[in-house]
Amino acid sequence: MDAIGKSGPILQVRGLVKRYGGLTAVKNLSLDVREGEIFGLIGPNGSGKSTAMKAIMGIERPTAGEVNFQGEDIAGLPAHKIARKGFGMVFQHSRPLNRQTVLENIMVALLPDSLLMLFPDKALTERAKWIAERVGLASVMDRRPPTLPFADLRRLELAKAIARDPKVVLVDEPFAGLTLAEVGIFSDLIKSFRDEGRAVLLVDHNVKSVAALVDRVLAMYLGEEIVTGRADEVMKNETVRRVYLGGAIETSARPETSFKDKVPALQVENLSVHYGKAQALENVSIHVHHGEFVSVVGLNGAGKTTLFNAISGFLPYTGDIVRDGAKLRGTSPARIAREGIVQCPESRELFGEMSVRENLDLGGQHLSDEARARQLAWLFELFPILKERQGQMAQTLSGGEQQMLAIGRSLMMQPKILILDEPTLGLAPVILEQLSKALEKLRQTTSITVLLGEQNVTFALPHADRVYVLEHARIVWEGDPGRFAAEAGAGYL
Amino acid sequence: MAGIFASRLFLISLVVIAVAATLPLYVSGYVLGLLTVAYYFGVFAMAWDLLFGFAGEVNFGPTFLIGVGAYTAGILNNLYGWSVYICIVLGALASVVAGFVLALPALRVRGPYFGLTTLVAVLMLQNFVVVFAGLTGGEIGLTIPDVITIDANANYWIALGFMTISAAILYGLSQSPLGLVLQASGQDSVQAGALGFNIVKHKLFAFVVSAFFSGLSGAMLVFYFGTASVGTVVDVAVGVNVIVAAVLGGRRTVLGAALGAIFLIVAGEFLRPTGELATFIVSFVALLVVLFFPGGFLGAALSREARQ
Repeated sequence: MDAIGKSGPILQVRGLVKRYGGLTAVKNLSLDVREGEIFGLIGPNGSGKSTAMKAIMGIERPTAGEVNFQGEDIAGLPAHKIARKGFGMVFQHSRPLNRQTVLENIMVALLPDSLLMLFPDKALTERAKWIAERVGLASVMDRRPPTLPFADLRRLELAKAIARDPKVVLVDEPFAGLTLAEVGIFSDLIKSFRDEGRAVLLVDHNVKSVAALVDRVLAMYLGEEIVTGRADEVMKNETVRRVYLGGAIETSARPETSFKDKVPALQVENLSVHYGKAQALENVSIHVHHGEFVSVVGLNGAGKTTLFNAISGFLPYTGDIVRDGAKLRGTSPARIAREGIVQCPESRELFGEMSVRENLDLGGQHLSDEARARQLAWLFELFPILKERQGQMAQTLSGGEQQMLAIGRSLMMQPKILILDEPTLGLAPVILEQLSKALEKLRQTTSITVLLGEQNVTFALPHADRVYVLEHARIVWEGDPGRFAAEAGAGYL
Repeated sequence: MAGIFASRLFLISLVVIAVAATLPLYVSGYVLGLLTVAYYFGVFAMAWDLLFGFAGEVNFGPTFLIGVGAYTAGILNNLYGWSVYICIVLGALASVVAGFVLALPALRVRGPYFGLTTLVAVLMLQNFVVVFAGLTGGEIGLTIPDVITIDANANYWIALGFMTISAAILYGLSQSPLGLVLQASGQDSVQAGALGFNIVKHKLFAFVVSAFFSGLSGAMLVFYFGTASVGTVVDVAVGVNVIVAAVLGGRRTVLGAALGAIFLIVAGEFLRPTGELATFIVSFVALLVVLFFPGGFLGAALSREARQ
């Protein structure tokens, strides 16, 4: 065991690797977190930051690497053992015990991992009360979780994570779903953990939202570290800027006035969506013309997927979604897709155990044999790699090929409006280029309308005639891509 | 508020049990016999709910645990003529061992595979009984020389007392800190792990407790019937009835499961004049409850309470 001084890092991660089959989610990651420090692990969606956190906590077993805690390598231990060593984790999504009170929920976190604990200990109740007060739940201690507002449910998660006085607190997206005022309160709470001498490791998408909170930041992309440093240094880093904003962005927008349709292909008016108590979309209005390529850019959690799922008919909403002048409310998701609004989801949703060809044929199920053959030939021209891989099982494809297959399957449905949700998620730059070319070809040679959701601005802007910026469930900017960098780019990092 | 409700529940239970205990004074032996079986069935259902409602694991094979307990007790009595009580205890222990051996590997697989494993276990047991007919009596059933008692009233009180004690223990367990941890593991095993709980250990414990009560009740039922047969303690259909009873009564309530079991057996008997239709009608009611009141009889009442 190394002798570690008081100021030395309490948590040392060295060469952490996590592979899922052929996909390497975390590559050789190293970081140090000291006592009384807030350390931010930042990266775009799919960069591997959450996987890294889970591997540290033992929820995912690391493929390789060391996680040293107070000089002891804990990599590979199960989560419950790591937790008992002095780790607490604040989950983004929680499922509290709904029939128990808030206090009882906190009590659960305090219980020993023993089968002999048949009667609650008075001291535990006192401690649970103290923790409830500590995180601001004192007034709702005796209520049950279903009656609580969203922010209080998040407080309950904080309470559970710090209940057993952990030395290291891991926080997954501390501010997701919170209002601005609540963000302030939660920041203060997390700062107070630091002031008590705990090491705090938090995961978030962008530097901006946690800049005021963190002492140091590690920015990662595609599973690897880009840079570590103070928040302002990291924000100035060239590579970081390129990952988030892209370098010089070439745009080739067609002006909105060039679309002559009287009624837009798709209109979303004052759309609001709630997930339980969390507001996912607030009065969002967008429109898309026939043949237009529109990008909705925003960080993960901004509400892009929610917007697309509402359009596809998967979610209840208030407001209206209008297709060619007719309201879509009440139309089934299957019918919406059949009538030409086809979504290629972020998660791809391929039929993993079917071949590439079978996946494509399923997309073209409703076509006549002749039309399907024609569509397939056209598609293989667009994505030649799919032709080579026809007989291969979809789940054995690389990430980029899977994405092409997902887009290909959507295109087999001959969509009028194609919704692409985060097609660049976790893909290497060379694949992005291929996707880029395919999109350009679609724009040049077909009359298809495309609605693209992206956090990768470099990818989104060149293919956009118009851009919407979605932030915290609201549209905060709309305009042509040429003006994006000047007007909206700064607020995006 | 929880305290008030708990004590109200306690008072209601006390009254119900007191009334039930006086039944032999004024109902027929036939009804008593019916309720005796229903009470043993109630214990099956409560033991099952501990696994499903709290540990979050669907055990499709409750009759594996019941059957092992029942047949072990029956066979020991038949072969060696040991005392009924020793056989019952050994039956329950055999069930615990069998449950442990089954659950240890089964809990390592996720999702529906756990349920499938338990289902296959039932089929294996069923086959075993049929193949080793010399030992088990095979399809005809095993005749057991001894019974607990032949007095119908005594049998009724024993069953009622056994159910009451089992209910108190299982309900108490479900409300104890251990029950909380189980519930947390069932709802969100990742988070429960991150809170420092060994999920496999806790679920295994729940399985063993469930096995103990299932086996005990199965063994006692055998000594009430004086016979053990595949159709009464092993068949998948019996297991389905246990599951339906527990869901009907209310998931995560323990006590509701006993109510569901009694309802199922009594209703089936009431509908006997309708002949073959009886099973259909009971199943249909069960289906309606599951579809429209997934909380079950007691679940609906409890969650209304929770919302206030």
